[in-house]
Amino acid sequence: MSESSSTRTPTGDPGGRSSSATTPPEGPISEQPASPAAPEPSASEKPKKARPGDRIFQNLTTGAGIFVVALIGLIGLFLLIQAIPALRADNVNFLTNHGWSTNDPANMSFGILDLLEVTVATSLVALVIAMPVSLGIALFLTQYAPKKLARSFAYVIDLLAAVPSIIFGLWGILVFAPAIEPFSQWINDTFSWFPLLAPGNVAPSVRGTIFTAGIVLAVMILPIITSLSREVFERTPTPHLEGALALGATRWEVIRTTVLPFGKAGYIGASMLGLGRALGETIALAVILLIPQGRNFDWSLFDGGSTFASKIAANYSEFNNEISAGAYIAAGLVLFVLTFLVNFAARSVIGKKGD
Amino acid sequence: MKIMRPLSAVGIVASAALVLAACGSDPAASNSSSSNSAAAPAATGTADVACGGKSPLSAEGSSAQKNAIDIFTQQYSKKCSGQQVNYNPSGSGAGVKQFNANQIDFGGSDSPATGADLDGATKRCASPAWNIPMVVGPVAVAYKLSGVDKLTLTPSVIAKIFSGTVTKWNDPAIKAVKGNESANLPDKAIQVVSRADESGTTDNFQKYLGAAAKADWTKGAGKKFNGGVGNGAQGSNGVATAVKAADGAITYVEGAFAKDGLTPALIDSGSGGVELTSENVAKSLDSAKFLKDGTNDLALDLNGIYASNTPGAYPLLLTTYEIVCSKYANADVSKAVKAFLTVAATDGQQPLSAKGYVPIPQSLQTKVLAAVKAIS
Repeated sequence: MSESSSTRTPTGDPGGRSSSATTPPEGPISEQPASPAAPEPSASEKPKKARPGDRIFQNLTTGAGIFVVALIGLIGLFLLIQAIPALRADNVNFLTNHGWSTNDPANMSFGILDLLEVTVATSLVALVIAMPVSLGIALFLTQYAPKKLARSFAYVIDLLAAVPSIIFGLWGILVFAPAIEPFSQWINDTFSWFPLLAPGNVAPSVRGTIFTAGIVLAVMILPIITSLSREVFERTPTPHLEGALALGATRWEVIRTTVLPFGKAGYIGASMLGLGRALGETIALAVILLIPQGRNFDWSLFDGGSTFASKIAANYSEFNNEISAGAYIAAGLVLFVLTFLVNFAARSVIGKKGD
Repeated sequence: MKIMRPLSAVGIVASAALVLAACGSDPAASNSSSSNSAAAPAATGTADVACGGKSPLSAEGSSAQKNAIDIFTQQYSKKCSGQQVNYNPSGSGAGVKQFNANQIDFGGSDSPATGADLDGATKRCASPAWNIPMVVGPVAVAYKLSGVDKLTLTPSVIAKIFSGTVTKWNDPAIKAVKGNESANLPDKAIQVVSRADESGTTDNFQKYLGAAAKADWTKGAGKKFNGGVGNGAQGSNGVATAVKAADGAITYVEGAFAKDGLTPALIDSGSGGVELTSENVAKSLDSAKFLKDGTNDLALDLNGIYASNTPGAYPLLLTTYEIVCSKYANADVSKAVKAFLTVAATDGQQPLSAKGYVPIPQSLQTKVLAAVKAIS
């Protein structure tokens, strides 16, 4: 693998050079590292005689950047405006109540606590399973696997991301859940003293549970975490690798001392992106999870329930009046904020470690 | 990395092909079955249709009748070549709303438009708006319980099970129902499964319990299940899957889903257990009354059906309506609406049984056709 990464680095540079052959050779080389940091003194003269191509391209990219920020802002604004009338009509505390009753627009009482807890629980189960597995796959692909195998492997994993989530959902409830039922039952029975594994609120069923949903969700976020981590691990500087090898490190020690420290930030960022997808996953969870009637989430992995997104997906077809719909939109708003916080946390982690 | 771009495009094409193949099987299935279902004593025959008018017609509303509308559209296109109907299954509320806002040519709804909705519809039409019942679907109380392949339930027992008063299969209340004397009912918990999503099926089921078992069902109606017991699952298919997965489970579900391991219970409204069959459902409809007798607004008095104890009539059913103007401002639209509804009420009815609906009985068909004819 040291040869795979050493071939990669040189191939990157000539590509950059040849594409901008018209400009002086120093241009592209100095620009690449300099643009995130301070601009070079020579670069400060260039903007004066800016060419139309530069200006157009700059405006286009700026426009694209502003567009996406404005889009997010407008989505947030839309959710907020739609949610306010419903929140006003809510008879109970929106943030701390478990129940969800929006049938009668004149007498609504709904809270998101249950949705929040189930959303977080399913996503965390998924993350706990997917993170180590993805790490293993990414390390195998970049450090252990022969180059040809790695390529086809990576392709297969990326293909996993192209499977629609309804397929995962149906597979989960029709094939996977029955298959692991004996195992789930055994865990549930054996470790029932442990609160997280206590009999759930959809018992005696152990199929449509957060446990099952979390595993399916793990499979769904696996490709995201894997391919991003793989990209990062691949970029471990060759001198680091060669240095470690030269010092007599075994392959595992090379990974531990160079690849992992170098790729840590990227790996965490990838996991956070995976978490973002898990939080927002909709139809697979709506299909898999059973929803207990009149009982709340009780911090067992064998509970059922709805997540924010699955709740909205299950009921959108019957949004008959704006106030009731507003209740769901308010829930969507909380999910929006939650996802935002997760991504924000991920960015700050990457930012800190990346320096 | 570079090699992946074209390959993933191949993947997308492949999965798209799979999806298309899955869609394609649907119409074929309904075509092949249209010939073999001559069991129901019902609406058959082909009527003279004056084809023409607006195409495509636009309609929107109840998702419960989506499959039926698809069949109607097929028959309509066959009968009046080239004529199309676009139906958007966006929910009954949306159907009424869009109809009243003059966005669509006719609306579909799980329940007849009444009160303010009907006033709005009348305003849009500048003439009375009518509810025309077109699709009838029975709802089964289906269970899975090993060793019990025939079970009779009364509305009162159903209400008790779905509100959590009766929790064991060997409860004396179940044993006491006539017809269950010989059933070997185990000492097993009843797992109630309901619809987790809001649905017209739930609404009609709860209305039924409210009408047929007033004393035992106090939880009211509505599209959300109010029983407060058991677990919810997503959609009719999800409910059926959940029941199949658990011995001792019971649910209410559209008749078409009560198969492959699910057994529909017989319902005893006071005159003996009645099986869920097309004939028995049609019998219920035969004795049905209309909310506005003598007019062409054919909104059925479902509470009357639910509470009746006509021998051999299966009472637990839901009907969906097409909401139309009695007089359209545009003659083109009215011509197409009339043609479509005529086909739906005649050629369209027989193929419905393959999808789990029940063709409307002759008596109702006559009234429907008279109403359709009166549209101008």
